[in-house]
Amino acid sequence: MKINEIRDLLEADVLCCSEYIDKEVYSACGSDMMSDVLAYVKDQAVLLTGLVNSQVIRTAEMMDMICIVFVRSKAPTEEMLALAKESGIVILATGMRMYEACGKLYANGLRGNGGKS
Amino acid sequence: MAADALHFRFIVDGENFTSAGEASVEVKKKLRQLGFAPEVIRRVSIAMYEGEINMVIHAGGGEAEITVDPDRIVIVLEDHGPGIADIELAMQEGYSTAPDNIRSLGFGAGMGLPNMKRYTDEMKIESELGQGTKITMVVNV
Repeated sequence: MKINEIRDLLEADVLCCSEYIDKEVYSACGSDMMSDVLAYVKDQAVLLTGLVNSQVIRTAEMMDMICIVFVRSKAPTEEMLALAKESGIVILATGMRMYEACGKLYANGLRGNGGKS
Repeated sequence: MAADALHFRFIVDGENFTSAGEASVEVKKKLRQLGFAPEVIRRVSIAMYEGEINMVIHAGGGEAEITVDPDRIVIVLEDHGPGIADIELAMQEGYSTAPDNIRSLGFGAGMGLPNMKRYTDEMKIESELGQGTKITMVVNV
């Protein structure tokens, strides 16, 4: 799935790095707990989260993720967007809640890569 | 250790949770410039990032020193915090002494030290109560 399809499915706004919107991604994960993302995630390119602080961007950067979706209308700060820009991470924001956003992506073929941790 | 090993040293600011992880991002960039494999870079940067977050949460900051050899990368994290009372307990997944406000920031799930061990080939913890903690991690290339 391309990032622009994620944008369309989630009716999301693109807040940063729209030049990479045509990149292809193959799996995603949803979590508000960055420790768990660092522990269990493997090769997922997209992070869906309702947590808003700079460590979300750094965690995604550490995991080589290329897209972050903020759910529940959470708005990242300018500082966070600057960090994302530096790392080339596309930032999307949607009004959908986590469950619905993940469900839409999953139902349209974007899987979670594995199942077990 | 080869004579031409590269050393990087960082001060980790314990006052500012927002800046935690800056050193790890720097190291990641440098390793990328040096041409290491993505998997090696990811292991080093995750382990160091978790360590950095730990130093900010628990120890009021500290120092990070990274030594880069062609065949191994060594990360040494040293702080002058309260020390770890029971290292075996601290190594258990899910055990955490982080305050609740840290959990609301997305950390403090008791995964930091286990993650550091998971992503590295060797890990040694030296800690003395009231004196501080020194963690040495090695990632073989």
